[in-house]
Amino acid sequence: MKKHWYDYLWIWTIIYFALGFFNILFAWLGMIDFLLPLGFALFGGNKWFCNHLCGRGQLCMKLGSGLKCSRNQPTPAWMYSKWFRYGFLAFFLTMFGNMLFQTWLVGAGVSSLREAVKLFWTFRVPWGWAYTPGLVPDWIAQFSFGFYSLMLTSLLLGLIVMVLYKPRTWCAFCPMGTMTQLVCKWEHR
Amino acid sequence: MASKRYAEADRTVCVACGTCESVCPKRAAAVVKGRWAEIDRSLCVGCGLCAKACPANCIKLTERSDLS
Repeated sequence: MKKHWYDYLWIWTIIYFALGFFNILFAWLGMIDFLLPLGFALFGGNKWFCNHLCGRGQLCMKLGSGLKCSRNQPTPAWMYSKWFRYGFLAFFLTMFGNMLFQTWLVGAGVSSLREAVKLFWTFRVPWGWAYTPGLVPDWIAQFSFGFYSLMLTSLLLGLIVMVLYKPRTWCAFCPMGTMTQLVCKWEHR
Repeated sequence: MASKRYAEADRTVCVACGTCESVCPKRAAAVVKGRWAEIDRSLCVGCGLCAKACPANCIKLTERSDLS
């Protein structure tokens, strides 16, 4: 099959996480992955981002199918059931809201900047080497740490289910995928 | 020559991720309007690649009844 430029966007995912490892401020670039799918769904009424541009999905496919890192077992039915998908979306949005609130607290001077990445919303991993204090206002750095935490957690979840089940099992309950599908269904009701 | 089987996606389960679209060698699968995947029976050769790759297990292979 003919390859398009966007078939190589899995490289972007690797670059994004590598950049964030060395300088956390690059985490802001991840907003592209948040806003583009929503833009496609809201203004185009489609999931073109998920279907063609999602670097994470491509990376999972590359590792799972190309490099045979996936067991290729059927995804458990609960994982693609509506209650789990919508429940995970609600949880994810709540955590995103909490991250924005933490950013606001730092911006308002109520909390101080925490130079750490929180994995799986639980484990705090020191990440101070990726930021020089005072470079930008604290709230900008706090958002970077929070957003990178969210992105890295979802990548790790995606990789875990990729190994255990099918290469793109993450897509079955990806919050962005669920949200954009809801938007498309609503638009074309 | 028409294949003996064709793939069919269950639109009530499909998560519209587009995996079927990316693996289909005949471009028979497509996500329509971001809602669910649809497979063009006339193009489908029943290879089963989409069914194997689908993360939501929503694609099944069906025997063709219209084969003469």
